[in-house]
Amino acid sequence: MDVSQYLDIFLDESKEHLQNLNTSVLNLEQDPENPDTISEIFRAAHTLKGMAGTMGYKRMQNLTHDMENVFSEVRDGKLKVNAGMIDVLFRCLDAIEEYVSVISETSDEGDNDNEPIIKELNDILAGKAASGEETKAAAEPAPAEAEAAAPAAAAPAVAWDLTEEEQKALEDAMMANKKLYSVTVTVQESCLLKAARAFLVFKAIEERGEIVAANPSTQDIEDEKFDLEFSLIIASEGELDPILKDIKAVSEIADARGGVFEGESAPEAEAASAPAEEKKEAPEPAKDPGTSVAKVKNEVVKKPEPEASGAKTEKKAGSKPAVNRTVRVDIEKLDSLMNLVSELIIAKNSLVSSATSDTTESSSNLHEQIEYLESVTTNLHESVMKVRMVPIESVVSKFPRMIRDISKQLNKPMELYMSGEETELDRTVVDEIGDPLMHMLRNSADHGLEMPEERIARGKPETGSIFLDAYQDGNNVVIEVRDDGNGIDVERVRQKAIERGVMTEEQAYAAEDSDIINLLFMPSFSTAKQVSDLSGRGVGLDVVKSKIEALSGEVDVKTKLGEGTTFTIRLPLTLAIIQALMVVVGGEKYAIALSGIQTIENISPKDVKTVESKEVINLRGTVIPILRLDEILGCKSQRDPDSDMIVVIAKKGDKLAGLVVDHLIGQQEIVIKSMGKYINKCKFISGATILGDGEVALIIDSNALI
Amino acid sequence: MANELSTNINEITQYIVIRIGEEQYGIDIKYIDNIVRMQQITRVPQVPAHFKGVINLRGEVIPVMSIRVKMGLAPDVESKDTRIIIIKMDQHEPIGMMVDMVKEVVNLSSAEIERVGFDRGDNQNAYASGIGKHETGLITLLDLDAVLAGL
Repeated sequence: MDVSQYLDIFLDESKEHLQNLNTSVLNLEQDPENPDTISEIFRAAHTLKGMAGTMGYKRMQNLTHDMENVFSEVRDGKLKVNAGMIDVLFRCLDAIEEYVSVISETSDEGDNDNEPIIKELNDILAGKAASGEETKAAAEPAPAEAEAAAPAAAAPAVAWDLTEEEQKALEDAMMANKKLYSVTVTVQESCLLKAARAFLVFKAIEERGEIVAANPSTQDIEDEKFDLEFSLIIASEGELDPILKDIKAVSEIADARGGVFEGESAPEAEAASAPAEEKKEAPEPAKDPGTSVAKVKNEVVKKPEPEASGAKTEKKAGSKPAVNRTVRVDIEKLDSLMNLVSELIIAKNSLVSSATSDTTESSSNLHEQIEYLESVTTNLHESVMKVRMVPIESVVSKFPRMIRDISKQLNKPMELYMSGEETELDRTVVDEIGDPLMHMLRNSADHGLEMPEERIARGKPETGSIFLDAYQDGNNVVIEVRDDGNGIDVERVRQKAIERGVMTEEQAYAAEDSDIINLLFMPSFSTAKQVSDLSGRGVGLDVVKSKIEALSGEVDVKTKLGEGTTFTIRLPLTLAIIQALMVVVGGEKYAIALSGIQTIENISPKDVKTVESKEVINLRGTVIPILRLDEILGCKSQRDPDSDMIVVIAKKGDKLAGLVVDHLIGQQEIVIKSMGKYINKCKFISGATILGDGEVALIIDSNALI
Repeated sequence: MANELSTNINEITQYIVIRIGEEQYGIDIKYIDNIVRMQQITRVPQVPAHFKGVINLRGEVIPVMSIRVKMGLAPDVESKDTRIIIIKMDQHEPIGMMVDMVKEVVNLSSAEIERVGFDRGDNQNAYASGIGKHETGLITLLDLDAVLAGL
């Protein structure tokens, strides 16, 4: 059965179920006895298994099957949930997530069997890993064993990932009463044509036996995709020694070692029985970047550190996904769209009839029809926009799990409180906002919150709190990441700025605190005293800022030393179509987003005062700086300088500024077009739009001007 | 017979010949998406002088550059022959290039192209990849990669 057409649905639903499972397991950790949670988990695991099976993803099916078994026992009350089990379950979910992400990139599940996790699940089933301590010991070899896949220095302890064909060939050979040898061949470092040497090795072996499996695969070896070593499983009727001798006889082969192959499970049994030893040995080949086998392996193996998820997203960005992105649409939204389209057709028909009728009343009628058409298209736009909107829940729901992991890793008790998960944003924005939010949360967890002792000493509750609040504010969506930690030490940032030569001493002391805090968004400006696993490598807030700005949003920080920090992200509801005020400056047309405009005022030139060499106006008691757009845009105002000025009052948060323009054209719905990367150097031009007559008008980003 | 053989060996490339000032330049036809008449260009503030602005090309906003300014020649003078050549290369975004005139399409075999070493410091030659010898005269072949890389 060809199931490729269901791939999209499969991926979508798998992600949903995984998210579900993550949340449920998290709940289970808090409330291990809750029967509802347990059956919820069981159902999700069961569905996931069924879906993987239907799609033919055997490895994923195996893993979910074992997971389901565990839950089935838990549900029947035969097993008790404990901390060790929760850890294994989370690792299991990570492994499934890895499968899903590999599938979405390549539409194949990859070749990682995740044997160690399956083994742990089975151990749980067998009741072996009852205490958390033991599970931990058993868990250690999981990453270690997989990384040890690089031919370990000592012996042919190679972890074989056998494909089905290889497995079959192996069984056939055993049936034929042949002996199986596992051989590791090392090529001399100076060897130039490794693939050719490998080929000669193959030739030599084939005189005496048969190659049933290779690591890396024979194809990779022929393509020279190995470093200095490759391993083979050979089926032969003869002894091993003559084979090894023949291999060594090939020139530029440094060494060939081997032994009797004892079946696939051998290395694992070893790993489980001597976890301590394995632990000691394994990290070495893993660290050594020279062995390409290890590298290839690492890609499929989920790394235990949380950065892995960062690395994963990078990988995702680089490769082309195998499926298109989809949005699930509520049927009600589609119905309203359909209604609007019918109205559009009616409006068109009335227009046609008034255009063809010759009566004198038709002109007033035409006007009416155009107004009707206008209202229909505006509604249509709103509805289409709504179709593109998805709740941010899909991104933020993975954060509780992340905070839990960080909390464990850093030994800092903390709690994440979220609100407004139902807030909707454009799908494209929701997809992009995950990484920056994750960064900020990590930042809060790692740098923001103090260690528990410090918190107690300061009279704060031992458990730190991080808040993630989302809400809609006019045409914007605001997301706040807040913590009750230490806050930003502005003085330290100031010192750092001087140290780094970003500012002179004078500048630094003259600068406002908010300007100093904004330095944190500069590339490679980390104030962490120590580089930790989580953050403090100088990549972070600058990435957050550039990412958010790419979505035409902005970030703002408020902090109070000792009390906490609040990061506020402000994002536009939609990116494609906006309501804009069209203005003329120096004979050129420009659009200003209506969402950023407060009022429009007529100001007499006499009322312009100068404060600190900046022009300001006093508008009903508020002093507002004014910006002459003709000067900023580099054109010449064509307005009589003595006549009243037209000032567009723009607002950004609580800041105001008056933009002086020549004329107003009016309000218009505009479609934002990108100008491409050649010409986007200009900070306050956020894009361009095409007007009704085909002319291009630039869009002024009033936020960038303030 | 001999003639046929030589054409087989020599790869033929089609070039669009344009005029910039008094000189003829050739652009490999495979990189040309479109040639449009002069139209209203919307100026963009605070960009380098060689960017003339942006135009509306069938609903897309495309930046337009002046190859004359880029080469350090006198600024463009619009005439009825002025054209905007829309260039699309795989690794670059589409861009328009203002030229004084589009003359013709010529076939040049690799034997007719001389890849001479240029003094890259010289502005006008910095963007040449070779010289084509054609019956209508010498044609400087534009190295579009070099032109676009410097933007």
